[in-house]
Amino acid sequence: MADERTTLPTVPQSRGFSRRRTPFSVVWIIPIVAAAIGVWVAVTRILSQGPEITITFASAEGLEAGKTKISYKGVDVGTISKIRLSEDHMRVIANAQMAPTTEDFLTDDTRFWVVRPRISGATISGLGTLISGSYIGMEIGNSKQSKREFIALETPPVVSEGVPGRFFVLKTSSLGSLDIGTPLFFRHLQVGQIASYRLDKSGRNFTIRVFVKAPYDQYVNPNTRFWQASGIDVQLSASGLTVRTESLLSILIGGVAFETPVDSEVLSPADAEAVFTLYASRAEAYEPPPKHPQTYQVIFKESVRGLLPGAPVELRGIKIGQVTDVRAQIDFRTAQFSVPVTIELDPQRLGVQVIGQAPPAELEAARRRLIDSLVAHGVRGQLRTGNLLTGAALVAFDFFPGAKPVSVDWSQQPVQLPTIPGDLQTTERKVEDIVDKVNQMPFTEIGNELKNALGQLNLTLVSARGTLNTADSMISPDSAQGQELSNTLMEINRMARSLRVLADYLEQHPEALIRGKPGEPK
Amino acid sequence: MSATPSTAMQHGLQNCGACGLLSLPAPGVEEGHCPRCAEPVAFRKRDSIQRTWAFVIAAAICYIPANLLPVLTTTTATGSDSDTILQGVILLWSPTGWPLSLIVLIASIIIPSAKIAVMAYLLITVQRGSIRNNEQRIRLFRTVEFIGRWSMVDVFVDTFTAALVQLQPLMSVEPGPGLFFFAMVVVLTMLAVECFDPRLIWDAASEQGVQYG
Repeated sequence: MADERTTLPTVPQSRGFSRRRTPFSVVWIIPIVAAAIGVWVAVTRILSQGPEITITFASAEGLEAGKTKISYKGVDVGTISKIRLSEDHMRVIANAQMAPTTEDFLTDDTRFWVVRPRISGATISGLGTLISGSYIGMEIGNSKQSKREFIALETPPVVSEGVPGRFFVLKTSSLGSLDIGTPLFFRHLQVGQIASYRLDKSGRNFTIRVFVKAPYDQYVNPNTRFWQASGIDVQLSASGLTVRTESLLSILIGGVAFETPVDSEVLSPADAEAVFTLYASRAEAYEPPPKHPQTYQVIFKESVRGLLPGAPVELRGIKIGQVTDVRAQIDFRTAQFSVPVTIELDPQRLGVQVIGQAPPAELEAARRRLIDSLVAHGVRGQLRTGNLLTGAALVAFDFFPGAKPVSVDWSQQPVQLPTIPGDLQTTERKVEDIVDKVNQMPFTEIGNELKNALGQLNLTLVSARGTLNTADSMISPDSAQGQELSNTLMEINRMARSLRVLADYLEQHPEALIRGKPGEPK
Repeated sequence: MSATPSTAMQHGLQNCGACGLLSLPAPGVEEGHCPRCAEPVAFRKRDSIQRTWAFVIAAAICYIPANLLPVLTTTTATGSDSDTILQGVILLWSPTGWPLSLIVLIASIIIPSAKIAVMAYLLITVQRGSIRNNEQRIRLFRTVEFIGRWSMVDVFVDTFTAALVQLQPLMSVEPGPGLFFFAMVVVLTMLAVECFDPRLIWDAASEQGVQYG
């Protein structure tokens, strides 16, 4: 139809220009750039996605898929992406999308827990979650073993990784008021916390892990004693009323205190995870129960009123053990009533030092030798009153050199130790003896004898008076003897005077003894 | 009308797209500047199909991240939420709020995709020299052309929201990377429409002597 082309002469002509024809328009750069940007965004998105992990929770309370963050030291390092129930419907499994940098700290001992508002004893934590909702706390472990599936902790760990210090293990039979987070005191200074506890399989003991912050962990050495510092420890002693407590906090929520006896040798600090016994009180901590208690029996014939299990057994006033059992027994053949008291003695307190790991047989032999020698030296058990107010009695061993010699029968079980009647009974018996002797005295005869003696005395006194009168008349001044005596004394006086004159002269003129008095004709 | 209507191109004339002046191209060349308004003139828009394709493909590429990446990040005291367009639609969907949700769905998801699809359809039919449904196709093109300018409303709403809701530290709204791609989709589809020469739709019909009426 090009024939119709030039039929309109009035049409103006455009100002033509030619351009180089290119097979592809420059515009294609735009989709290429768009694609490049899209790919770049996609790549960065994929790269910015870290590993995906699963965390198992007991409950998903407060967790929300796509919202709940995983926070480590306040830095968001991941987000819960999916929450579902486990196959057995007992637990909740949450998938979490972690940040790419978390790759290297998702290790075997990395721990997760849900941070919720929590009020426990001394600490109120997680208050921020009241507004912001729960989040998942995280703690990085030290392990190198990579892991992707985790089980969340029920309670947040008390001690966060990275705080310098050491863990120690305490063993106790009763937890008391202790709980996770309970403070640990050293000289009334809070130096740590209880990190965890669990009941042993046997159900008898608790194993408590405590954390002692550096630098205080160096004060824990193998001799250190740990005790429960819960509440107030009131002691009434000879020095008065003593009230001990660690702090107001420990009164409210309990606590654990530790101390190293000052007199103990200086040891190097204990190893981490070293095991200690947790004593019920400070007193008990300083008086640890015997390690190898020996059971003996002492039989008393008197009343054991006031003697209770737990009463001390003393040797010359030093506690060497305690009473574990008191019971009565009657021998039907002899119809004798006696009280066998079972006691427990601490061989260490008896002087048997367990150094190292001595063979038990050797220890046993040493123990027998000691007891035999003590008994041979007159050591006997005796019931004594320990406290006049309460009437509490104790079993005392003491040296009675005059005691009847006995030997210990080691074949018995438990071994019986010899006793002698107690103080009170001895006194009673002595008083009785005295009264008996007084009774036996022949007071009537003594009276008669006394009467006779008094009559004789009267006569004697009368004759003595005559004698004295005679003597009196003889030495009176106006008697003849008196005159004689007076003259004699006068003569002696004169003689003494002339003797003095002679002595004086001789002193001045000693030659007169030989030559005689000068000036006198020979 | 019984005869096939002739086109300006068939008469060797070029129509200025700006002032509508018909002009003859200079001898030996096919393109030039309008003698009246100096607008570039040609028989048909230069490389129209190729350029339109380029923009349509670019728009289609951008459409993917626009829907996958969050368009708004809302940070409140309780944490931050990043929502994509589809998440926003789901979020708004409620027994009472469904009209709003529907608006977002239509304006932000259906329309951009429809525009890309329509442009692709027009390009394919033009390239294949289809002579059918010419009227529908030109109507579609005009609709897309009309809607194009309104598509930016979404982007404006989002950016205004982000600019206005800055109640630090209580709440703040940040535009997400998806918004950039969404804006790119809108811009690129508009450019595609701009590059497309609707006269191409009936060029094939003219060449094949299709009669109208």
